[in-house]
Amino acid sequence: MLLSLVTFLPTLGALALLLLRGDDEAARRNIKWIAFATTSITFVASLFILARFDAANPDFQLVEQRAWLLGLQYKLGVDGISILFVLLTTFLMPLVIASAWDVEVRLKEYMVAFLLLETLMIGVFVALDLVLFYLFFEGSLIPMFLIIGIWGGANRIYAAFKFFLYTFLGSVFMLVAMVVMFGQAGTTDIAALLDFNFSTESFRILNITVVGGLQTMLFLAFFASFAVKMPMWPVHTWLPDAHVQAPTAGSVVLAAILLKMGGYGFLRFSLPMFPVGSEVLGPMVLWLSAIAIVYASLVALVQTDMKKLVAYSSVAHMGFVTMGIFAANQQGVDGAVFQMLSHGFISGALFLIVGVIYDRMHTREISAYGGLMNRMPVYGAIFLLFTMANVGLPGTSGFVGEFLTLIGTFQANTWVAAVATTGVILSASYALWLYRRVVLGQMVNDALRGIRDMTGREKAIFAPLVVMTILLGVYPSLVTDIVGPTAEAMLGPVQDAQAAFGPETQIAQVEEGAEG
Amino acid sequence: MTSIILFAPLIGALVCGFGWRFLGEAAACWAATALLFLAAFLSWVVFFTVDGPAQHIEIMRWIQSGTLDSYWSIRLDRLTAIMLVVINTVSALVHLYSVGYMAHDENFHDGESYRPRFFAYLSLFTFAMLTLVTADNLLQLFFGWEGVGLASYLLIGFYFRKPSANAAQIKAFVVNRVGDFAFLLGIFALYFLVDSIQLDNVFEATPELATTQITFAWTTFNAAELVAFLLFFGAMGKSAQLFLHTWLPDAMEGPTPVSALIHAATMVTAGVFLLCRMSPVFEVAPYAQNFIIYVGAATAFFAATVGLVQNDIKRVIAYSTCSQLGYMFVAAGAGVYGAAMFHLFTHAFFKAMLFLGAGSVIHATHHEQDMRKYGGLRPYIPYTFWAMVIGTLAITGVGIPLTYIGFAGFLSKDAIIETAWATGNGFAFWALVIAAAFTAFYSWRLIFLTFFGAPRWGHGDHGADYHAHAHPVHGGAPLVGTEHGPFDDHKADHHVPHESPMVMVAPLGVLALGAVFAGMIWHNSFFGDHERMVAFFDMPEHGSESSEARAGDAESEAIAETGDAPAEAAAEAAPEEDHAAAAEGSEGLGAELGGAIAMNAASTERLEAAHASPIWVKLSPFLAMLIGTSLAYVMYIRRPELPARIAATNQLLYNFLLNKWYFDEIYDAVFVRPAGWLGRFLWKRGDGTVIDGAIDGVAMGVVPTFTRAVNKVQSGYVFHYAFAMVIGIALILTWFTITGGAE
Repeated sequence: MLLSLVTFLPTLGALALLLLRGDDEAARRNIKWIAFATTSITFVASLFILARFDAANPDFQLVEQRAWLLGLQYKLGVDGISILFVLLTTFLMPLVIASAWDVEVRLKEYMVAFLLLETLMIGVFVALDLVLFYLFFEGSLIPMFLIIGIWGGANRIYAAFKFFLYTFLGSVFMLVAMVVMFGQAGTTDIAALLDFNFSTESFRILNITVVGGLQTMLFLAFFASFAVKMPMWPVHTWLPDAHVQAPTAGSVVLAAILLKMGGYGFLRFSLPMFPVGSEVLGPMVLWLSAIAIVYASLVALVQTDMKKLVAYSSVAHMGFVTMGIFAANQQGVDGAVFQMLSHGFISGALFLIVGVIYDRMHTREISAYGGLMNRMPVYGAIFLLFTMANVGLPGTSGFVGEFLTLIGTFQANTWVAAVATTGVILSASYALWLYRRVVLGQMVNDALRGIRDMTGREKAIFAPLVVMTILLGVYPSLVTDIVGPTAEAMLGPVQDAQAAFGPETQIAQVEEGAEG
Repeated sequence: MTSIILFAPLIGALVCGFGWRFLGEAAACWAATALLFLAAFLSWVVFFTVDGPAQHIEIMRWIQSGTLDSYWSIRLDRLTAIMLVVINTVSALVHLYSVGYMAHDENFHDGESYRPRFFAYLSLFTFAMLTLVTADNLLQLFFGWEGVGLASYLLIGFYFRKPSANAAQIKAFVVNRVGDFAFLLGIFALYFLVDSIQLDNVFEATPELATTQITFAWTTFNAAELVAFLLFFGAMGKSAQLFLHTWLPDAMEGPTPVSALIHAATMVTAGVFLLCRMSPVFEVAPYAQNFIIYVGAATAFFAATVGLVQNDIKRVIAYSTCSQLGYMFVAAGAGVYGAAMFHLFTHAFFKAMLFLGAGSVIHATHHEQDMRKYGGLRPYIPYTFWAMVIGTLAITGVGIPLTYIGFAGFLSKDAIIETAWATGNGFAFWALVIAAAFTAFYSWRLIFLTFFGAPRWGHGDHGADYHAHAHPVHGGAPLVGTEHGPFDDHKADHHVPHESPMVMVAPLGVLALGAVFAGMIWHNSFFGDHERMVAFFDMPEHGSESSEARAGDAESEAIAETGDAPAEAAAEAAPEEDHAAAAEGSEGLGAELGGAIAMNAASTERLEAAHASPIWVKLSPFLAMLIGTSLAYVMYIRRPELPARIAATNQLLYNFLLNKWYFDEIYDAVFVRPAGWLGRFLWKRGDGTVIDGAIDGVAMGVVPTFTRAVNKVQSGYVFHYAFAMVIGIALILTWFTITGGAE
């Protein structure tokens, strides 16, 4: 019952908002406080999930299962991977609502959209049935589509459609694959599908031999959907556009949570259900990830729009996630989950940081700023912290994710790891370059002379993010203790299946004995 | 106790960073300084009491994932104890000095609270440096490594309004990251090979590493060599070795106490520390060791040549630091880690003193750093003058040849030059000797230009020439009462240089003691005969016998007798040996582990050869010093017109040196600009034309149509349509699933 409660509490809040009438000051205040209270209560409720969760047990827990319409089943549950994403979502949503405090246009609809979005996002992470998952996964597109399309910037319609069509088209393949999976396994229960061995027998289609057979095909179909969602190179181009046009709160949700659905999908479906498919196409994914890291970092280096820069940096950081997942070892998977959580805090904070000065100056052009440290020391300090976290400085959560994914990848493919590690140089370049141009130096632009430092509300929004970034950086066991056992239980069968399929698993080999 | 040493600076940093609003600026800064003095005192206690095998103190769990298991912990052995003393002593003195130096700063407006921020950064740096040297695993070492990088970044850019400082801080961080890239790969490789990043486990596995092949980047390497090379590249970045040195001179943009602490005494020596800490790995990687010797010697030479012609007082000392670090690397590469640590130890004292003395000069001349605008300062700042002279005597290596009596640098630098000779590497030996002559030249040039000759300040067109910048009225309560004096006499037209306050002079005095005596007191421990070193570094006792047995009696005896031959013998010994033999030769290494440093047979042999080096070798650095000193004397005291003439007749060479061999220009053309071009190309062409072009062309052709349709429908209604869509999707999906299931 607890999971359903957490999932649908925001919807209840949204319904309550829809019943409110009027657009005067009092009504607006009520709307904001109801939305904030709803998300806060949801967060508190989600803490009970954590309290009742047994981290040592890798199985699905708190499972709810009942019949649904048309013979479908309604099944929810969490394991060590999904519970963290549920918590990430419920933790961030009150901050997102608080960041949208000064929205003028269609406030009620805005809040309703975010509350519904929260339900759909949590639903994605707790759903244990294919159909349910697909509903939540696709449904989450709609509120986001509206948030960009209605409350976005000048070019919002183009960006909204680009976002919607890219991700939706990717998902069509996934839908087909789901139908095939049901045809094969006869069930839509995710737990049962995880135990089902999909055929790996190679077959020929259009004169091309498909190594790994059905698994490879299914893998590709799911990959089409999740790769766009992540987003991976080269299907990432919707993300910068969407971020630039989206309102601040929308960007935060998009970067911090929505992207993680792709990574979660890889971990829930692609890797454990199609281990042989992952084996066959894993090297490709690793290379795409490494390319994404270098490519997106280089592109970030030359951006003139702050949000675009942060968006490209997101693409680079998601590269670490996909790389870690398909390194298919303990550190890789632990690191991927950690990186996703950490990126949720850091990129969320970075978009909020852009939002703070956008609210004041109404421009995202980097060249319009400079020397903000002169008037905004608190802002400068917080910006610096998250810049360093983005760079992956040890002691911040950003480091742990990068380090674990890289060390995991090194064991799978040294070349990919070496290429990806250049990301530590490039990320330092673009992040510090951005910080310098915005915060340091003399205040040259006269329009900035009257700019105010952060308000109490803004500081209160950043405080939890600061705490989480440092806490997870110094004591990452908070996360790895939860994800570790689940990842271990998941990887065992995956590695067995891969070993059974082909012996040439390891690309880097150690040969003992005398040289030569 | 070690925990107190470790956390005192962190507490100081937090107090200064966040507590100063409650405590007041001065109290916060003094609190941080007092905590550092406490840490320094305890460090000396540890230094004199530490004994026996390494102690491990576990504090907290850190990154744990599968077999990767890391803790926040303290490893305390001789190596750590040396570094604790160096770091905390210099840091405490620099804190004290900064109370005076940072009392007024024209880079900040009235009432701006920059002092607590400065002290917070200094203490934070100290904390990061301590985590580095107390690390018990490579991950914590990397934390400290990056932490000092952060502090360095913050302090170089402390004058955040100066564009040059902003550029320098980014450069420092990014260039260091290039080294970190290799360092990280080294850690990955070690974990991959050893399945642990705990230092003890890594050390135990070194004999296997020496015989393991690893495929990295499609090439097969010897595992130990690969790891050693990668770690050394990391060390090159932090210690500003050739090719990754470009950030260090620019780092002089930071306030001078920062240069003394970070860019002379401690952080830049982290690379040397890393080599000594990981000595068991390097001892089974002879090719890497040989490479280190070359890089170190080349750096020592290169930086010394550039130092000859620089005019900025801090840059001269910065290149000097770079050069001295090269010396340390040569010793570390030769496997004589004692000599490397010895020079690190003495260098910390005299180089910190030179920087603080330079700071005092800069302070006295009202933030002038160009030596061409100094001259004749001796009578005005006598204490500073004598401190600088002692520092110069120390760095140039003044002492009585063939005895162990001399300034600190005399003993430690000569130890390294003898070691270089013992490796049989002619290039390294001569590069270091010539660099020693250059060192003497530029060091005395600095002294002569600054303190002797006719004053070149306060003459003629005073306003434009000497002090173009305006003097804001100093606001805020100064930290030190004695600060007022001639310095504050801004209304007068002539700024008479004035001696610095006691808080700045006293640290110079303490460091002067170190610069004079540190070499003589600890020579035997760091670079003495084998027994003394073995005892000092807690190395297992049997080392010497096993080395003799293994290296072959003939060679060992040759060392003692002819003295000339062993150079070649030893030189052959290291790189020529193939790895199986190296591993065999270091079979005892497993047993020799447990000490603070490890030395295999070849290294021990080199140490002995260095001790037994012939007279001319022992004399050579002294002669080089004399030549350099007299040249400087002739050129800057006797015939001051000479330098300009030489520069004019050798214009090409002069410009080449003045522009630091054009490294910055080359890097800008080869790396910085192309990165921008590539980024722009990938963005406009890659993302724009290719990806969006292709996908838009196929799938997004529909967008304009959609857009037009949507523009007609007002956005308010879209909301309702959207919910219709959700239901639509649900229905379609249900239908699919049901019919699909009927198969």
